[in-house]
Amino acid sequence: MAGAIIRISNVRYRWRPQDPLVLDIPSFEVKAGERLFLKGPSGSGKTTLLNLLGGVAVPEAGTVSIMNTDISALGGARRDSFRADHIGFIFQMFNLLPYLSLIDNVILPCQFSSSRLQRALARAKTVEEEAERMLAYMELDLDALASRPVSRLSMGQQQRVAAARSLIGAPELVIADEPTSSLDADVRKSFLDLLFHEVDKAGSTLLFVSHDASLEGAFDRAVPLPEINRVRVNG
Amino acid sequence: MPIVSLSLKSLRNRRITAALTVFAIAISVTLLLGVEKVRTEAKASFANTISGTDLIIGARSGAIQLLLYSVFRIGNATNNISWESYRDIAARPEIEWTIPLSLGDSHRGFRVLGTHRDYFEHYRFGRKKPLNFTNGGPFEDLFDTVLGADVARSLGYELGDPIVVDHGLGRAGFTNHKDKPFRVAGILAKTGTPVDRTVHVSLEAIEAIHVDWRSGTRVPGMTVSAEDARKMDLRPKTITAFLIGLKSRLAAFKVQRQVNEYRQEPLLAILPGVALQELWSLMGTAETALTAISSFVVVAGLLGMLTMLLASLNERRREMAILRSVGARPLHVFGLFIVEATVLTVLGTLLGLALLYFALIVAQPIVDTRFGLYLSIGLPTARDLAVVVLVVFAGFVAGAFPAYRAYRQSLADGMIMRT
Repeated sequence: MAGAIIRISNVRYRWRPQDPLVLDIPSFEVKAGERLFLKGPSGSGKTTLLNLLGGVAVPEAGTVSIMNTDISALGGARRDSFRADHIGFIFQMFNLLPYLSLIDNVILPCQFSSSRLQRALARAKTVEEEAERMLAYMELDLDALASRPVSRLSMGQQQRVAAARSLIGAPELVIADEPTSSLDADVRKSFLDLLFHEVDKAGSTLLFVSHDASLEGAFDRAVPLPEINRVRVNG
Repeated sequence: MPIVSLSLKSLRNRRITAALTVFAIAISVTLLLGVEKVRTEAKASFANTISGTDLIIGARSGAIQLLLYSVFRIGNATNNISWESYRDIAARPEIEWTIPLSLGDSHRGFRVLGTHRDYFEHYRFGRKKPLNFTNGGPFEDLFDTVLGADVARSLGYELGDPIVVDHGLGRAGFTNHKDKPFRVAGILAKTGTPVDRTVHVSLEAIEAIHVDWRSGTRVPGMTVSAEDARKMDLRPKTITAFLIGLKSRLAAFKVQRQVNEYRQEPLLAILPGVALQELWSLMGTAETALTAISSFVVVAGLLGMLTMLLASLNERRREMAILRSVGARPLHVFGLFIVEATVLTVLGTLLGLALLYFALIVAQPIVDTRFGLYLSIGLPTARDLAVVVLVVFAGFVAGAFPAYRAYRQSLADGMIMRT
């Protein structure tokens, strides 16, 4: 029972009733504290799986269970607050809201989740202070960058801000979707190191989705998505 | 409330389009409230053109026609009243005062009114305000004249200046009474009524300048000098109309009936308030049209906002996806757009109010001097506030449309856009 943070069983999903299936996953589990590499070429149903895990999509059959809660059985609003409380996301690019400052981007999850706000405040006097701390851990030079519009940051800097945001308030699960594919090879390595370090410190589980097999070695376990999804997607 | 602060920051990020939208709404609100202001002020000033007068009496014609020529100096009387009838009615016990009016001549486009000195004592306009002199006083001499404020200002007359009355209402020059010039004895203070555009002379003076005229032309070979005219019997034979004030207003209907049934001559007595209302209602359509047009301008302003919000929907899909990923509900996305629409309309409306007051301050003296309409500057009326609330509510409702679109889109997109 304990041990698995994500447990998917017999999940089927299609966009609209008349469309073919895009996902058919008999069983998939991620253990708590695990760093899992989910390898998926584009079009393998990856986006759909992430939307299911985030609770913004609901399967037509089966259960998506996170921390022993069947989120597909929850109502829309409860799924949204569950996501806000327990999951941090990092995407491939354009993670940041251009009209918010660097700090405001990082504290965004605390605005939608009181439990993450509480956990952030347990570590610092204010969320802003906690955000600064997280950004410093991500090796961002705040003195030079804080006043700059986020769109003027480099891609590597933006991804580190996104990582800090996904980790603020220590969510149990961090889901990273191709976070390194827009980065140069040398930046990629240091980003991964920082991410691992911070995930460990927060005690979070990391689900890392990528098509780049060269990263696979750094993870506890690697699972190819086509292996768990019975739907064969061409392309 | 993260949504409000997010909306504000997002709007600040798009400040140029947002500012233009706010400005469009502001202008439409200024226009709507401005039209409303001018409309109510014009109506009030119209209703206050004459006050304190209980009845206006003229030859029998239409009530509005009588009002137009006796008060507004527009058009002409079809017939005159004999002096005997006037004296007869004026002697009735219910009557406190009368002001005889004799019209027909003009001075450089301004009507000349023959009247009595009582005019300056009993005539009231606005809220029972009397006529005041800025310079001089009522006529003393036979050939004295008292000018309305606009006449003095636009023709540049000062006390003591000589003026020549033109015969009839044609433009200056064709036939005039240059053999009997007048002297400016007094200039009245601005009233915002047709009094400002009137040249006042005594009834006797009207007689005097016409002693050598018959049927609208000079009698050939007959010239009576101004000095000779002074010695003649200048009691008027007819007048155009007269105003009466009663000892008790309760007698108004009784006197009105008596005048309307007057045997010796067909006469008409009207209650000025009733006739004014009747006249204003003729202009009701124009009034409604103005309000309708300015309401549509507000609709156009709000449509502009709608366009701006809808146009931004697609480029903001990523923003919505990011918000969803950090835990925002589709309802938050809906709220984001609603708040933006509401903020834009509230800012637009406030700026509109500010523009209105600015325009009023700038336009007040110009409108006052050019059109004789005094636009008072005061707190917004209950009706203004109702308009403001209605516009903000309309903005809120208009915002619901893009907000719903964004809501649907964000439900479909989730955290990751399908491209």
